[in-house]
Amino acid sequence: MRIELQKRAQPSPLFSFVSPLLALVLTLFFGGIMFWMLGKQPVDALYSFFVEPLLEVWSLHELAVKAAPLILIGVGLSICYRSNNWNIGAEGQFTIGAITGSILPVLYPEWHSLMILPLMLVMGMIGGALYAGIPALLKTRFNTNEILTSLMLVYIAQLYLDWLVRGPWRDPQGYNFPQTKSFVPEAVLPEILDSGRAHLAIVFALVAAVALWFMMRFMLKGFEVTVLGQSERAGRFAGFSAKRMVWFSMLLSGALAGLAGISEVSGSIGHVQPTISPGYGFTAIIVAFLGRLNPLGIIASGFVLALTYLGGEAAQLSIGISEKVSRVFQGLLLFFVLSCDTLIHYRIKIVTQKLRGGAAHHA
Amino acid sequence: MKKLIIALAATAALLGGFNGGAQAQDKTKVCFIYVGSKTDGGWTQAHDIGRQALQEHFGEKIETPFLENVPEGPDAERAIERMARSGCALVFTTSFGFMDATAKVAQRFPDVKFEHATGFKAAENVATYNARFYEGRYIQGQIAARMSKKGVAGYIASFPIPEVVMGINAFLLGAQSVNPDFELKVVWANTWFDPGKEADAAKALIDQGVDILTQHTDTTAPMQVAAERGIMAFGQASDMIAAGPNTQLTAIVDTWGNYYIKRVQALLDGNWKSEQIWDGLKDGILTMAPYTNMPDDVKAMAEETEAKIKSGELHPFTGPVKKQDGSDWLAEGEKAEDGVLLGMNFYVQGVDDQLPQ
Amino acid sequence: MLEAILLTVITAATPLVIAALGELVTERSGVLNLGVEGMMIMGAVVAFAATQITGTPYIGVLAGIAAGAAFSLLFGFLTLTLVANQVATGLALTILGLGLSGQIGESYVGQPGIKLQPIEIPLLADIPLLGPLLFRQDLIFYLSIALVIGIHWFLFRSRTGLKMRAIGDNHASAHALGINVIRTRYLAVMFGGACAGLAGAQLSLVYTPQWVENMAAGRGWIALALVVFASWRPLRVLAGGYLFGAVSIGQLHAQAFGIGIPSQFLSALPYAATIVVLIIISHNRRTTMINTPASLGKPFVPER
Repeated sequence: MRIELQKRAQPSPLFSFVSPLLALVLTLFFGGIMFWMLGKQPVDALYSFFVEPLLEVWSLHELAVKAAPLILIGVGLSICYRSNNWNIGAEGQFTIGAITGSILPVLYPEWHSLMILPLMLVMGMIGGALYAGIPALLKTRFNTNEILTSLMLVYIAQLYLDWLVRGPWRDPQGYNFPQTKSFVPEAVLPEILDSGRAHLAIVFALVAAVALWFMMRFMLKGFEVTVLGQSERAGRFAGFSAKRMVWFSMLLSGALAGLAGISEVSGSIGHVQPTISPGYGFTAIIVAFLGRLNPLGIIASGFVLALTYLGGEAAQLSIGISEKVSRVFQGLLLFFVLSCDTLIHYRIKIVTQKLRGGAAHHA
Repeated sequence: MKKLIIALAATAALLGGFNGGAQAQDKTKVCFIYVGSKTDGGWTQAHDIGRQALQEHFGEKIETPFLENVPEGPDAERAIERMARSGCALVFTTSFGFMDATAKVAQRFPDVKFEHATGFKAAENVATYNARFYEGRYIQGQIAARMSKKGVAGYIASFPIPEVVMGINAFLLGAQSVNPDFELKVVWANTWFDPGKEADAAKALIDQGVDILTQHTDTTAPMQVAAERGIMAFGQASDMIAAGPNTQLTAIVDTWGNYYIKRVQALLDGNWKSEQIWDGLKDGILTMAPYTNMPDDVKAMAEETEAKIKSGELHPFTGPVKKQDGSDWLAEGEKAEDGVLLGMNFYVQGVDDQLPQ
Repeated sequence: MLEAILLTVITAATPLVIAALGELVTERSGVLNLGVEGMMIMGAVVAFAATQITGTPYIGVLAGIAAGAAFSLLFGFLTLTLVANQVATGLALTILGLGLSGQIGESYVGQPGIKLQPIEIPLLADIPLLGPLLFRQDLIFYLSIALVIGIHWFLFRSRTGLKMRAIGDNHASAHALGINVIRTRYLAVMFGGACAGLAGAQLSLVYTPQWVENMAAGRGWIALALVVFASWRPLRVLAGGYLFGAVSIGQLHAQAFGIGIPSQFLSALPYAATIVVLIIISHNRRTTMINTPASLGKPFVPER
C-alpha cells in the first residue's frame, strides 16, 4: 500500500477551510491518546490546552501579548519567503530593534515627552531594518548566502545585547545587575484596555498584516514579489529587479521584526535585559508557513501558536503535564496542520501494491 | 478578530461548564516558577529538590505546583500571574530575571505572598531570598591553595553579575589566606548551561597551566574534564561526586529545602513577613559536600573554616583587602557590607581578568 | 600545549562536521531539513540511554544513528509523501525533538556516562603531534573523516551520486530520465538524520559523556550554516567546521590568557569569522551557482 498524490487543478476552497479543522481533530485524537498513555485524563488535558486559556479576560490579553510579536515578525518574513529571500535571522533583527528603540529611554531617562514613544518605535524599525540590511548588502554585493549571514548575525546581536546590559547600559542603581533603568511612563507602550496587559503591539501586528495582505493582493509590488519569487528570469522579463527585491523584502521584514522588538521591550518588559525573547524570531518562521505565507493566515496561525504556549502552561499547572510533553504536543499539532494542508492542493489516493505493482516506499 | 475571540471564549465557557467545579481548596498552595527544566542537573534542579523536600515535610497539608522553563521576559509575568490566579498562597520565583515580573504581579495581587530569589526588589508581599554562596567559595579557595602545586586555579564563570564576581573574589581571598601569591585565571563561558562549551573552557584553562578547577556554571562537564586530565575540581550547585569520584574535593550544594520549609511554616503559622533574607552556611541554605580526595590536614583546615564561618567568627570579606588596581577596599579588620557585596562589580587584587564596565 | 589545544578543537568541530555532512547530502538531493538540531538531540539522548542500559558505548553509537534516521523519517513522510512545507516541518521537528528528548532523558540526568574510548592505530599513533591528533582518536572521529572522503567520492565520482545531484538540480528532468526522485530523497533524508544522530552520539558519548536537556545547545543550527558556508562541498564542510571550532576554542584561550577584551565580543568571533570567510569565498558567483542545488526546498510530486 502506498500514498499517491494527485494535483488538483485548483486549490480546493473546501479543504482550505476543512484542513485546519481536520488537523485539530487529529491532534485531539492522537494527543488524547498520548495523554492517556501518560496516565492523565485526556479530556482534562485537552481542555486545559485549548479551552482554559480562552476562558478568562486576562488570559485573552496574554494571548494577544504572545501572538503580537509572532504575527508582526511572521508577516514580514512571509514577504521574504514569497520573494525567495531566506531571512532566518529575524531573532537578531528583533534584538537590534529592541536595542536601537531603547536608546532614548535608556540614555535620556529624564526625558519626559510625548514624542519619545513614536521616536522609539521609528528607531526600533530603523535598527531592525538596518540589521537586516547587512545580509541584503552581502547578498546583493558579494553574493553571500543570506541563510548563513542572517543566522550568524542572530548570535552576534544577542551577545551585543548581553554586553550592553551588563556593561554600559546597566542601571547604576540596580546593584550592578544586568538590566537597564525602567522606562519612564511616557516610553511605555500603552495598554489597549484596562482589563489586561495587551498593548498596542497587537494593533501594530494586525495593521501590518492587513496592509501586507492588501499589498500582496492588490498592488503591483505584491505581484512583483510573487513573480520574482517564482522565477527570477520571469521577473526580469517583467522589468523587475531581483536585487531591489532583496533589499525591499529584507528591509521590510527587518523593520517589522525591529518594531516587534521595541514593542516587546517597551510594552511587555519595561526595561532592557539580557533575555528579551523566547525565540520569537524562530517561532515566527513556523507561524509564517503555518499561515501559508498569507498575511491573514498568519494572524490565525500566530494566535494558534500563542495558544499552545499558554495552553502548555495551563496544563502544567492544573494537571501536571510536564513542559516537555506540551512541547511534544505542540510538535504533533504542527505536524498535523502541515500535513493536512496537503489536501488543499492535492487529492490523496491510497494505492495498494497489487494494483500498481511498483516498488513502494514504506513510510 | 475581536468578535472571533469573544465567540471562541463564549464557546469555551460553555464547554467549561461541564468541566468546572470541584477543586479541593483545603490544601495550601505553594507554587514555584523555574527558569530551567526541573531536571537540568543544576540551579533549577536544586530548587526542585527543595520543593520536593518541602512537599515531603508538610505532606497532605500543602500542594506544590510548578511551572518549568519559563523564559525571563514577558512570559514570566504571565506565568506568575497565572499562579497568583490559580489560588497560590505563596509563590517562589526562582531566578533573578523574574524580579520585575514578580514585583508587577505582586502589586496586582496584594493578598498573595511572593518570594523572589537573588533579587533586591522587596515589597509588602514580596520577600527576597538568597544564599551566601561566597562562604562556600572561600572554603574552596583555601582548599585549592593547599592542593594546587602550581598555585594557579581556573575559574569557569557564567555571566559577569555580582553573584559570580563575588564568588570569584571570595575564592581568591580564601586561597590568598593560605598562599598570598595564589593566582586565578577566569574564563567566561557566557552560558549557564552548555556542557560542550563548559568542557572546552575547562580544557582551555588546563592547557594554560591551571591545576585546579572550579566552576560557576551548571553542568558536570568541567568535573568530567578535570577527572580525565587528572586534576582536582570543585562541584557547583549539587554534589557532583558521581562525575568525579576521585576528582571532586567538595562542592557547594544548594539546599533550598531547609529554607522553603522554614518559610512555609511561617506562612501556615500566620506570621510570614516580607524580609530580605540572605542566609548562609549556618542556616543550612547551602551546605558543603563531604571533603574528599584530600589529605587529613587539609580536610581539618576546611572543617575548621566552615565552623568559624558558621559561628560568625570568620567573615570571608574581612580587611585588609585591596582592589584589583591596588587601591584599598577594606581596612584591617573591616568587614564588607552586604550592600556592597550584593552589587559587587570589581575584582580583588590577584585576579587575572578584566571585568566589563 | 599545541597538541592539547588542537585536540580540543577537533572534539568541538567533529559533531558540527558530521551533522553538516549529513545535511549536505540531504540538501544535494534537493531537500532542506531545518530539523538538524532536533535530530541531533534525539541522537544524543538515545545514544546515551542505550549506552547506560547496555554498558557498551558502541551500541550507543548505533542507537544514536538509528534514532536520528528514524526521526528524520517523520520529516521525510511529511515533506516527501505528503509534500508538506519543508522549512516549517523541519522547525516543527526541532520542537518535537527537544520535547521528546527531554522526556526520554528525564531519568538519565546526572548519571555519569561511559566515554567512547580512543582506538590507537599501531605505528601511526606514534608520529609526533599528528599521531595523537589523528590516530589516537575515537571511532566517531574516524567516521567523520571517512564520511568527508566517502561523500566527496559519492557525490562527484559515483553514478548514484551523479543521479542524486541531478535530482537536486532539477527533479522534473531527473524524473523524466527515470530516476526515482522520491525514493532517492527518502534515502538522502535518512542519511542526513543518521549523521545528525551520530553527531548527537558524539556529544553525549565523547564530547561530554553525560545527558542534559538541550545539550546540543544550537550546534544543529551551526551545522546548517556550515553547509551553506561550504557551498555544498564536503571538503569545505571539514574546513569550515574546523575553522569554527578553532575560533571558538581560540577565544576561550584568549580569555584565559587575560587579554582584556569583553568576553561577549570574543564569544561573537566564531560567528563573525564565518561571515567574513564566506564573503571572501562566495565572491565568485559562478562556483556558488554551480554547487547550489537548484530545486532545494521545492516540493516534488511525480506526474502520473
